[in-house]
Amino acid sequence: MHAAATPVQFLWLIPALPALGVLLNIFVGPRAGRGAVNFVSPAVVGVSFALACYTFMRLLDLPHGAALVQDVYPWITAGTLDVHVAFHIDALSGVMISIVTGVGFLIHVYSTGYMHEDAGYARYFAYLNLFMFSMLLLVMADSLPLMFVGWEGVGVCSYLLIGFWYDKEANASAGKKAFVVNRVGDAGFILGIFLIFWTLGPGTHSLRFTEIAAYASKIPPHTVTVITLLLFVGATGKSAQLPLYVWLPDAMAGPTPVSALIHAATMVTAGVYMIARLNFLYILSPTSMTVVATIGALTALFAATIGLMQNDIKKVLAYSTISQLGYMFLGVGVGAFSSGIFHLMTHAFFKGLLFLGSGSVIHGMSGEQDMQKMGGLRSYMPITCWTFFAGTLAIAGFPPFAGFFSKDAILGAAYGSEHGSVWLWVLGLLAAGLTSFYMFRLLFLTFFGECRIDEHAKHHLHESPASMTMPLIVLAILSLIGGWIGLPEHWLWGDRFGEFLAPIFSGAYASEHLSAGTESVLMGASVVAAAIGFGVAYLFYLVQPGLPMLLAWKAKGAYNLIFNKYYVDELYDLLFVRSTLALSTFFWRAVDSEVIDGLVNGTARVVNANGGLWRRLQTGNVQHYAISMLLGAVVILGYYALR
Amino acid sequence: MTLVPIQLYLILGAVLFTIGAVGVLVRRNVIVIFMSIELMLNAVNLVFVAFARQWQSMEGQVTVFFVMTVAAAEAAVGLAIIIAAFRNRETVNADELNFLRW
Amino acid sequence: MILLGLGLLVMLMMLSLAGVVAVGGIALASINLGHVVFALLASLMILSALGVIVNRSPIRSALSLVVTLFLLAVMFVSLDAHLVAMLQIIVYAGAIMVLFLFVIMLLNLHEDRPAMVRVGVRGFAGLVGTLFFLGAVHFLMRPLGALPAAGAVPPGFGTIEQLAEQLFTRSLLAFEVTSILLLVAIVGAVVLAKRKLA
Repeated sequence: MHAAATPVQFLWLIPALPALGVLLNIFVGPRAGRGAVNFVSPAVVGVSFALACYTFMRLLDLPHGAALVQDVYPWITAGTLDVHVAFHIDALSGVMISIVTGVGFLIHVYSTGYMHEDAGYARYFAYLNLFMFSMLLLVMADSLPLMFVGWEGVGVCSYLLIGFWYDKEANASAGKKAFVVNRVGDAGFILGIFLIFWTLGPGTHSLRFTEIAAYASKIPPHTVTVITLLLFVGATGKSAQLPLYVWLPDAMAGPTPVSALIHAATMVTAGVYMIARLNFLYILSPTSMTVVATIGALTALFAATIGLMQNDIKKVLAYSTISQLGYMFLGVGVGAFSSGIFHLMTHAFFKGLLFLGSGSVIHGMSGEQDMQKMGGLRSYMPITCWTFFAGTLAIAGFPPFAGFFSKDAILGAAYGSEHGSVWLWVLGLLAAGLTSFYMFRLLFLTFFGECRIDEHAKHHLHESPASMTMPLIVLAILSLIGGWIGLPEHWLWGDRFGEFLAPIFSGAYASEHLSAGTESVLMGASVVAAAIGFGVAYLFYLVQPGLPMLLAWKAKGAYNLIFNKYYVDELYDLLFVRSTLALSTFFWRAVDSEVIDGLVNGTARVVNANGGLWRRLQTGNVQHYAISMLLGAVVILGYYALR
Repeated sequence: MTLVPIQLYLILGAVLFTIGAVGVLVRRNVIVIFMSIELMLNAVNLVFVAFARQWQSMEGQVTVFFVMTVAAAEAAVGLAIIIAAFRNRETVNADELNFLRW
Repeated sequence: MILLGLGLLVMLMMLSLAGVVAVGGIALASINLGHVVFALLASLMILSALGVIVNRSPIRSALSLVVTLFLLAVMFVSLDAHLVAMLQIIVYAGAIMVLFLFVIMLLNLHEDRPAMVRVGVRGFAGLVGTLFFLGAVHFLMRPLGALPAAGAVPPGFGTIEQLAEQLFTRSLLAFEVTSILLLVAIVGAVVLAKRKLA
């Protein structure tokens, strides 16, 4: 991390343009009309994307491992704290801003089509632009506090966007749930920041990543573990891992492009980015690494099992996201930071594609989301169907699609790294098989097989407009070729992606540790797992549609358990929600109503009573006043007489 | 035919003034209150004239001139007010003319 | 009608006045005509002043006040304030009191019922009045000497010429302002007492 830092002056424009979009949408949007908003909002993101590409070009010109920086303004200078608003673009952030602005731009374009009948379009695009702004702050920040600002900002935006159709209580509750669960994670994150500040010792601190990295080796080992675990708590909240994943399935209440942007491509990946950014801290604590990897692997498997049985198309994708995020954490947990980021990138492509595709389906089905009422859509919505197929192949991990390379890199690292173990690899493999199964299940139920659509919906069924299908096509192409920059070492040009990011991850696991033979075996195993998943899904849903029902009836207990998501929500409700509500009610009734209101109202009553007493002086009788005047004169005379 | 010590005139003035003041405070008929006020004014006039004689300066008498003028104006307006209030409340009882009561 | 506080007040006043007269007389070692005139005028004045505040009927109060004003005019003459004395009779007794009588008769006021004297504050008012009187007396008893003898004043003192000279030179502003005051009073009185057209 002793990279050369080149100061530039244009970095602030990248987040500033979406911020400008926010202001325009709020103040001018409703009056300017749908056309203007539909043009401006994607445009600002598009320009940001262009700037991000330009930044990337500049970065490529610099020597390996260098960074572009810009100090915008000194923000907090108080005592030993000297935090600036400043941006730092190195290879890692360069990749992140490209993903964020690129996929964000496609989703903005898609939204112009998807939301074209909605009355709140200006508000929607304002929130969407605000989200882009916060996310860009998060990934471009050069210090922990600024990153945290972006972290909170994306949390707020996810609340706003999940509860976008807030007139339905379920949607508003989902937004609240997302925000509250995130907050629990953020508490851990903030404690982590405080602990870092406290351990940094005497002298002024800016909490820049470079500064922390320079000091990292001097931090006592147990403290490092605590710090990294606290920060990871924040990551579990933001990136929906066990135990704080419960908000993400509910978050499907928001508009589908929002799900695509926030929950697939950008926000949920913030946790992974954070760990990658602070890799120098995590490397110092093998305990934390193990925790991260284990939770990641467990989450991957856990979520995959739930996804098997969901009937709502978006819920399946939601659990799939949680599962894939588990993979990313598994990757960074075993030290393969660049693999984790690689999977983040490929996941952005194929998960974004899958969500947007499902949005297209929902749009065409006039709002229907239950897969049991779909089927055979291939003939009605061909573009959606085949792009979706590409996405499914990618997520299942079939070569040469993108998902294969990234997932395989992670599984290989899980097997071979000193932080990993065979068990982690086994969990990952199982999850991969399940992933393939449920994704093909989704595909077959929706697009193939017998048509179970009811007549009324069939009338409105149509392929989506170009504003929606163009992004699908672009993402499908990316899902195919996106993985080719991170090929396994011995293939063609090797892992260019990993090499590009290498200077940032100095202590990372290097894949040279595995022999070519082992690697091939592992790769073969994942392909086989994916194929088994495909096969079983084909059997269950195309050949013998009655089979799943039979199995479910035979294993009723297990089926019910998994179908009800292991009753985790109910457990949390019992443990945490009820007690908190009871406490709040107590504080409301006893403290707020009685004590505080009592004090305030009591003060008013005292003043009132006092006034009531003194107003009797105003008798309206002039002679009473005259007596007081004479008395006053007597007093004055007396005073002077007796002096 | 003087050589009366001025203090006597002053005390007489004080007496008249106090009688007027007590009348203002005690009587309820507003007309009588008004007359008591006039009495007080006259007591003051007496004191002014006495001092004018003492210091042999006409200023005291000029002041009395003005006091009389003001008393006249005040009496006119005050009685007009009493007439207007009487039309409203049909009484000259000060207790019942309590428009400024809380 | 004369109740305890008022009675006390009156007694006190009479006593003090008599006392001062006596002291003054003794101090001067002779009682001359001036003193006698003064004593006569003063006692009559006090009696009629009491009559103002004590009478049940407002008409009688007004007439008592007229008597007081006349007596005051005489006293002004004895103090070499001739013009002021004339003005007192013409303006005060002649105009203002006539106005009072007009109003009393216009409002057709009868004798006040006994309740017309405030019951609650009589004593207190008497007390406050007494205290005030005592305080005033304390300050008035300063050595100021005797009034100059008759004829010891400059010639023309108290005549209209001298008053006019003072009025139109040193007190010109007050004079003009007072004329405006009278104008305001005229307008005010007319407006206030006017019967509103229904």
